[in-house]
Amino acid sequence: MKEPFIRWNWISGHLGEIGARTVQHLELTGIAVGVGFVIAMSLSILALRRRWTYSPITWFTGILYTIPSIALFALLVPITGLTILTAEIGLVSYTLLILIRNIVAGIDGVPAATRDAAVAMGYRPWRMFFEIELPLATPVIIAGLRIATVTTVGLVTLTALIGQGGYGYFINDGLRRFFNTPLFVGAALSVALAVALDVALVLVERALTPWRR
Amino acid sequence: MFRTPGSYDPYMSDPAIRLEQVTKVFPGGDGAAVNDLTLEMPSGQLTILVGPSGCGKTTTLRMINRLIEPTSGRIIVDGRDVASVEAHELRRGIGYVIQQVGLFGHRTVGDNIATVPRLLGWDDARIDARIDELMQLVSLDPGLVNRYPGELSGGQQQRVGVARALAADPPVLLMDEPFGAVDPIVRERLQDELVALQSRLHKTIVFVTHDVDEAIKLGDRVVLMNIGGVVEQAAPPAELLARPASDFVKQFIGARRGLRRLSLIKVTDVDLEQREGSALRLSPHDTLLDALDAMLRDHVNEADVHDDGRYIGTLTMERISSEVR
Repeated sequence: MKEPFIRWNWISGHLGEIGARTVQHLELTGIAVGVGFVIAMSLSILALRRRWTYSPITWFTGILYTIPSIALFALLVPITGLTILTAEIGLVSYTLLILIRNIVAGIDGVPAATRDAAVAMGYRPWRMFFEIELPLATPVIIAGLRIATVTTVGLVTLTALIGQGGYGYFINDGLRRFFNTPLFVGAALSVALAVALDVALVLVERALTPWRR
Repeated sequence: MFRTPGSYDPYMSDPAIRLEQVTKVFPGGDGAAVNDLTLEMPSGQLTILVGPSGCGKTTTLRMINRLIEPTSGRIIVDGRDVASVEAHELRRGIGYVIQQVGLFGHRTVGDNIATVPRLLGWDDARIDARIDELMQLVSLDPGLVNRYPGELSGGQQQRVGVARALAADPPVLLMDEPFGAVDPIVRERLQDELVALQSRLHKTIVFVTHDVDEAIKLGDRVVLMNIGGVVEQAAPPAELLARPASDFVKQFIGARRGLRRLSLIKVTDVDLEQREGSALRLSPHDTLLDALDAMLRDHVNEADVHDDGRYIGTLTMERISSEVR
């Protein structure tokens, strides 16, 4: 009998594992984007307060962004092992440039007159940042989060090479055994997850920016 | 309290705002933006700073609430040297309106108005009551309270801007070309409303404009500035028109000085003759310009002024022309 392109009964026989890998994929993505966002926000605030730091910050995160991920994992494994930490160091690194650029561009996009009025009303810098600048920059910041999230969902599959991987585990498994079904299931689910998270972020943006409706 | 004769005592002061030998030099700037400026803004009056671009009028305004720090000199607001107060504390007590309005686009009209009261920590009930009061004061439809600024017209946005500036009832209001970005019809209405508002509130207002007509229409006192923050003349509008202190003032005021002057004088402000009989009737609210216009249209040389049907006196063409000089 000829091997079918997809063995549907493989899927039904592995539902439990698919569920577990979904959770793992979400975890790896969520931690990467979450930690990336916190670091990117801190560096962006630094760049906004001390303008001269912006150039070195984008230079450094730009270099991180260009390191091939496989090479980065290979370099890290001797130090941090085949752990989630190794995976996250790589994944977080790749989110930084996109997030920092969007956060800084978003805050810079706040109209000068709005900032002028806020200062003249008696706002102090931190409160103005959280109550005026950050909300007005939300659309641009979320645009950055969307790109970072979609990119990360794809990159997570590569961490299968260091024993993590989420859906990447299926892709890796399929490649090693010349077995199409898990390879395609892993790839299709990864794409579906990226689309789902992107849509979710669009909804978050809509909820956070009622004035744009 | 010990006082040397002639010294300035802030607690005895009548002017709400006083600039003492204020100079501002911007780094890399071409000379001083404001040079050794001494100026008083009387309490409860609307002082206009007017002049060509580069005369330092906006710089002067922005030094009052410390958006710009002077290079030297002192600025006193309500008896306090502004440099002795924390900048954000000072600003919460001074209303501020700008041409671009600068509303917070992510906040509703009500929340925009509530800005300073929230910074001052008022409770919600007091803030809500104040929002209602201010919406009414600046003639905004109460139904707009939950709208966002992006949904409003330019005129409505500037009304919100004025309401926001007045929210915490500051004694001093700074206005930087507030009506410069709206169309002429809306501008005129907003100007009229400001006059009406001011006749009730008696704020100390400093108002920057480059428009002489606006200056003459709104100002209790007009400070005409020249390049480098030099005061060419500071006087009530009628005096500025009647006795321009320099060629620069004459030139800046421009043509039709006489007609502009007539627009400032009410028919009841001049001596009327007692010889009732003209077919043309005027009301006490009419200005000499209104009277002139009516006389020219009716081809008559005099008009009777009546107040609610009661004859007050007769205005003649000669009287009008003697006011123009």
